Amino acid sequence: MARILHIEDLRVHFPINIGTVRAVEGANLTIEEGEVMGLVGESGCGKSTLGLSILRLLRPPGRIVEGKILYHGEDIVRMGAKEILALRGGRIAMIFQDPLTSLNPLFSIKEHFIETLRTHEKRIETKEALARAERMLSSLGISPERLHEYPHQMSGGMRQRIMIGLGLILNPDLLIADEPTTALDVIVEAQFLDLLDDLRKRFNLSIMLITHNLGNVAQLADRISVMYCGTIVEVGPAQTIFDEPLHPYTQGLLASIPNIKLDEPELKLMRGSLPDLVSPPSGCVFHPRCPRAMDVCSEEWPKTAAVNGHQVNCWLYR
Amino acid sequence: MREELVTVRNLKKHFPLEKGFFDRLLVREHRFVKAVDNVSFSIMKGEVLGLVGESGSGKTTTGRLILGLLPATGGEVLYRGRSVISYSKKDMEELRERMQIIFQDPYASLSPRMSIGKAIGHPLAIHHLADAKTSKEICLSIMEKVGLSPAPFLYRKYPHQLSGGQRQRVVIARALVTNPDFVIADEPIAMADVSVRAMILELMMKLKREFDLTYLFITHDLATCKYICDRIAIMYLGKIVEIGPLKEVFSRPVHPYTETLLDAVPVPDPRFRRTHPMPKGEIPSAFNPPPGCNFHPRCYIAETRCRNLEPGLEKVGEDHYVSCMVRGSWGSRD
Repeated sequence: MARILHIEDLRVHFPINIGTVRAVEGANLTIEEGEVMGLVGESGCGKSTLGLSILRLLRPPGRIVEGKILYHGEDIVRMGAKEILALRGGRIAMIFQDPLTSLNPLFSIKEHFIETLRTHEKRIETKEALARAERMLSSLGISPERLHEYPHQMSGGMRQRIMIGLGLILNPDLLIADEPTTALDVIVEAQFLDLLDDLRKRFNLSIMLITHNLGNVAQLADRISVMYCGTIVEVGPAQTIFDEPLHPYTQGLLASIPNIKLDEPELKLMRGSLPDLVSPPSGCVFHPRCPRAMDVCSEEWPKTAAVNGHQVNCWLYR
Repeated sequence: MREELVTVRNLKKHFPLEKGFFDRLLVREHRFVKAVDNVSFSIMKGEVLGLVGESGSGKTTTGRLILGLLPATGGEVLYRGRSVISYSKKDMEELRERMQIIFQDPYASLSPRMSIGKAIGHPLAIHHLADAKTSKEICLSIMEKVGLSPAPFLYRKYPHQLSGGQRQRVVIARALVTNPDFVIADEPIAMADVSVRAMILELMMKLKREFDLTYLFITHDLATCKYICDRIAIMYLGKIVEIGPLKEVFSRPVHPYTETLLDAVPVPDPRFRRTHPMPKGEIPSAFNPPPGCNFHPRCYIAETRCRNLEPGLEKVGEDHYVSCMVRGSWGSRD
């Protein structure tokens, strides 16, 4: 399998008046062609920032200080404005949490599609654009007549499907989905995950699924990256991440989520809260909350170790 | 038999829709959104009843009606067997001490200009339960109990200086300061992070034991119900479609909607991936609910009669009731 995305030692900083927020600090992540990579973490861990930096959509003062983002071997960090524009929407699509704020209330669905197509294919005729939009809608299970409607006339689940349609109309090969189902109800959420799974096969998509919902990741992802405080602490195949998590943070996170199928009477708790990203703890960022912390943990950041098919950053696995 | 603490009988809330120009011109009838439509259940002392539904199912409205935060269109709420309607203004004030609510959003439910101590002590001041000095003592002790420590330090802080988890603790402390015996928790963990959620749930259970509380736990998340609820009620378009002991409803759901809902819960284990696709369709608009059984357009076992007749709750097991014509008669199926 070819590697579609390779992020190497990425550092994204937000210099603000009280100091520098180290939102992403030395993150490494790869996505192979055709796979769904689940990026999980709690709010504030930098997972959205990481997603935004792939398309260079960071808002100032946020900026990439260091690192590489190789997309098919080309470094996105060094691309010029024109190249980035061609990439956004054209080759890499992104959908966000709230479909209502991502769609323009004054534009009909039709106009959204035409605008998207014209941005990348200037000479496309309205007729052809509409035909393509119609084909896209029917593959999303929405009747083509609804092209003439406006976002407020649609339900939340349908809006999110429109968003993904807009993302896929130009045939990208990578989709970054940032908490795509957070605003949706349980049943609609499950329907949307079905759709994503269907689309990845039909459009030969690679997907980066950014979410805090481990249930969603378990449903869809082939591999999982666990992010904590701006860095990836563990990467591995979905099944073994859930079965044998290695990093104490992954273990704590998994034990604290409700599982309707299990018969355990209580949730385990993870003590403490996310540290301040302006002055993160020394050594391993997780050591103040870690139940198995040792002396070395507060002194030095652990290098990545390969254990049982996982890559893990923890002193327990030297 | 345990005591029924709160009972809801045929509770209704119909919100009138604004009439359009043509409706007025043609003297059309007023149309209503039936947010809560003939809901009945009771909550035993010391139990946790989960009220589960998707957005728009009427679960929050039901909670507000019980507390009298919204006037009901019909039906009644009984507290310890006595109808709340018969309460005088003074009785009602006392009732409000006994019944409290924890809201979903700890950002919106705390005034940014009120210090933590003042916010927690506010109900005491409203109900004239304590003078300033005792109020502070009560607040500090309850802050310690909900894990807001060091209490004297946090007492002077303002909401923006606290984390989301701490704010939710403040909201909980404020609800418990009048020493209530019934608490409605309306999606108390929906806004919290994964690790914070578990902490809030644990705290709620600890406080339940300490304060001898009864909860109505309103949520859209079936998986968390498992850790806290004794019984659950499933709502769909303003009606209760199934109510029963948690274990029973989870292990043998009877209503097709409950089945779908349970099936949709994402399980954090790739081994439990759904192998069949989710049924299509979404919750219909409450302006124009389908006739007959509300769920029939999405139901895979719907029959002709489901389109015309409205089902009522029928007993299908010990303490287990279902509103489904096709399966309601399954009562004696094993």
